[in-house]
Amino acid sequence: MIKKYTNSGSNDTRSGFGEGLLEAGRRNPNVVALCADLIGSLKMDAFVNEFPERFFQTGIAEANMIGISAGLTIGGKIPFAGTFANFATGRVYDQIRQSVAYSEKNVKICASHAGLTLGEDGATHQILEDIGLMKMLPGMCVINPCDFNQTKAATIAIAEYEGPVYLRFGRPKVPNFTPADQKFEIGKALHLNEGSDVSIFATGHLVWHAIEAGEILAEKGISAEIINIHTIKPIDKKAILDSVNKTKCVVTAEEHQMNGGLGDSIAQLLSLQLPTPMEMVAVNDSFGESGTPEQLMEKYGLTTNAIVEAALKVFNRKH
Amino acid sequence: MPSTEELKDTATQVRRDILRMIHAVNSGHPGGSLGSADFITALYFEIMKHQPQPFNMDGTNEDLFFLSNGHLSALLYSVLARCGYFPVSELATFRKLNTRLQGHPTTHDGLPGIRIASGSLGQGLSVAIGAALAKKLNNDDRIVYTLHGDGELQEGQIWEAMMYAAANKVDNLIATVDYNGKQIDGPVDKVLSLGNLKAKWEAFGWDVLECNGNDMQELVSCLKIAKQHTKKHKPVVILMKTEMGQGVDFMMGTHKWHGSAPNDEQLAKALAQLEETLGDY
Repeated sequence: MIKKYTNSGSNDTRSGFGEGLLEAGRRNPNVVALCADLIGSLKMDAFVNEFPERFFQTGIAEANMIGISAGLTIGGKIPFAGTFANFATGRVYDQIRQSVAYSEKNVKICASHAGLTLGEDGATHQILEDIGLMKMLPGMCVINPCDFNQTKAATIAIAEYEGPVYLRFGRPKVPNFTPADQKFEIGKALHLNEGSDVSIFATGHLVWHAIEAGEILAEKGISAEIINIHTIKPIDKKAILDSVNKTKCVVTAEEHQMNGGLGDSIAQLLSLQLPTPMEMVAVNDSFGESGTPEQLMEKYGLTTNAIVEAALKVFNRKH
Repeated sequence: MPSTEELKDTATQVRRDILRMIHAVNSGHPGGSLGSADFITALYFEIMKHQPQPFNMDGTNEDLFFLSNGHLSALLYSVLARCGYFPVSELATFRKLNTRLQGHPTTHDGLPGIRIASGSLGQGLSVAIGAALAKKLNNDDRIVYTLHGDGELQEGQIWEAMMYAAANKVDNLIATVDYNGKQIDGPVDKVLSLGNLKAKWEAFGWDVLECNGNDMQELVSCLKIAKQHTKKHKPVVILMKTEMGQGVDFMMGTHKWHGSAPNDEQLAKALAQLEETLGDY
C-alpha cells in the first residue's frame, strides 16, 4: 500500500517564501532583504511593510544587488536577495562566484519563477540551468523545496545556516501536502513512501507528481520508494545509496535540464559508488516556450505519466 | 600621526616591496600598484581608524577599505603587512603555491585585512555600499572607502552602484578612482573613452573631489576634506590623478608596465631609484 498524501489547498511556493521571510525577519533582527523590482512577484510585501528599514530596493540592477548583499554580511547582516531565478543566477554568475561563493559570504539567493511553470512569458524567463550553475560553485548550498509549507520552512531554516545558499521556488499554485509545522533539515532527504521495486528521487514541483506516479505504479503491482530531495547540494548520499541498495533501479524527476540537475548529481554518485540502471525525467537539452504551465509540463515530458513510464522502463531494465 | 615625510618614506618602501614581490614570481601588476602606493599608504597610516590585530571581519567601529581593482594586490599586501595585519616576511610568499597572498585578494585563505575577493572588475563599489548600509543599520558611524581603476569604470555594475548610492544617500562612503588614463590595451581614451568623468559622477548625484594622487601632502589634505564631506546625504568620490608606474622613471608614461614583471636588471635599476626606508622584507 502506498502512503496517502492530501493536498491541503494549492498554493504557490513563492508565497511560502514570503511567509518564511517574514518569520525569519521576526526571529532575527539581522535578517535583511533585497529585491530587484519584483517585490510583488516574490511575495516580499509583508517583510517590506513590517521591516522597511531592513529592506533594500535595488531597482533592475541584479549585479549590484548581489554585491550589496555580500557587503551587508560584513557587519553581520543576513541578506535575502530576491528576484526571478533567471536573473538570480545566469545574469549575475560572476558576482555570485567572486563576491559570494569564493568570499564565503552568508548570502541567501532567493530565486522565484524557476523552470517551465513560469508559463506564458516564455524561454527568456524560464531558466532550466540554474541548479547546475549554482551547484558547481564550491560551498554553495542548493535547495529546491516542493510546496508552500516546505518552502516556508526552508526559508526559515536557511536564515539559521551560516553560508551561501541558493533557494529555488516557483510561480504556480501547486498542491500543498507537507506538514505546516515541519522542521526543515538542510541536506536531509525525506522519505515519502517506503518501497522495494524502484527508487524515485524527485525535487521541487515534481515531488507531487512522483507521489501520484507511486499510486499508479502500486496499481500495476510495482512498489515505489519515493524520496524528496529538497537539498540538491549537499546531497544526502546515504539516503540515496540505502534506497538504491534495496530497489536496484532509479528514476529522477525535476523541472530542470537533464544536464546539471538532480539526476546528474545522483548519476554521478551512483556511477562512482553503486552503478545502477537509471532513467531521468527532465528537460532534454532544450529551451522552453510560451504556454500554460500545464501545457508546458506536458509538452516537455515532466508529468506523472512520464515518471510512471520511466519507472516501468527502468524496472524492466534491471531484470 | 605620521608626518608627510614619514608617509612618503613608507610609500617608498611599499614601492620597493611591490617590485621585489612581483619580480620574485615574474608576475603581477606593478604599474597601477606604484601609481596608487601613495593613496593606500595615506589611507592606512593616516586616514583610517582600523585595527590590524586581532582582525575582525565585521570591522565594527572601524573604517573599511575595499580594493575593487584587485590586481593591485601587491600594493595592498605590502601596506597591510607594514601596518601589522600579518608579518612582513610573508610578503615573500606572494603568488606562490599555498600562499595566503593569492594573485588577487581573497578571504578564502584567511589573510587578515581582506574582507572580500576582488579581481573580476566592477564589483567592489556594490560590496562597499552593502558594508556602508550595514554600518548605518548598526549605528556605526565609521566610513567605507574603495579604490577603482579608471579602466574598471567601463564595467556596467559600477554605474548600477553609482546610481544606487546616490539615490539612497549612502553618505558614509568615499569611493576613489586611480585616474591614470591607462589600461592593459593602451590609453583609456583609445580603448573606451570615459568622456567627462567628473561630469558623469556629478550627473549620477555624487559629491566629486579631485586631487593629485601622487602628491602626499595634497592627497592627505584631500582625504581629510573628503571625510568632512561625508554624512551630508551624498556619496563622495575622489578622482585622483596618478601616474602609472610612479616612482620608477622607465615605468612611467606608458601602459606597458600594467601587468609585466621587471627582470633582474630592471629591478636593480628600479630599486636604485627607491631608497630602502623601513628595511626590505
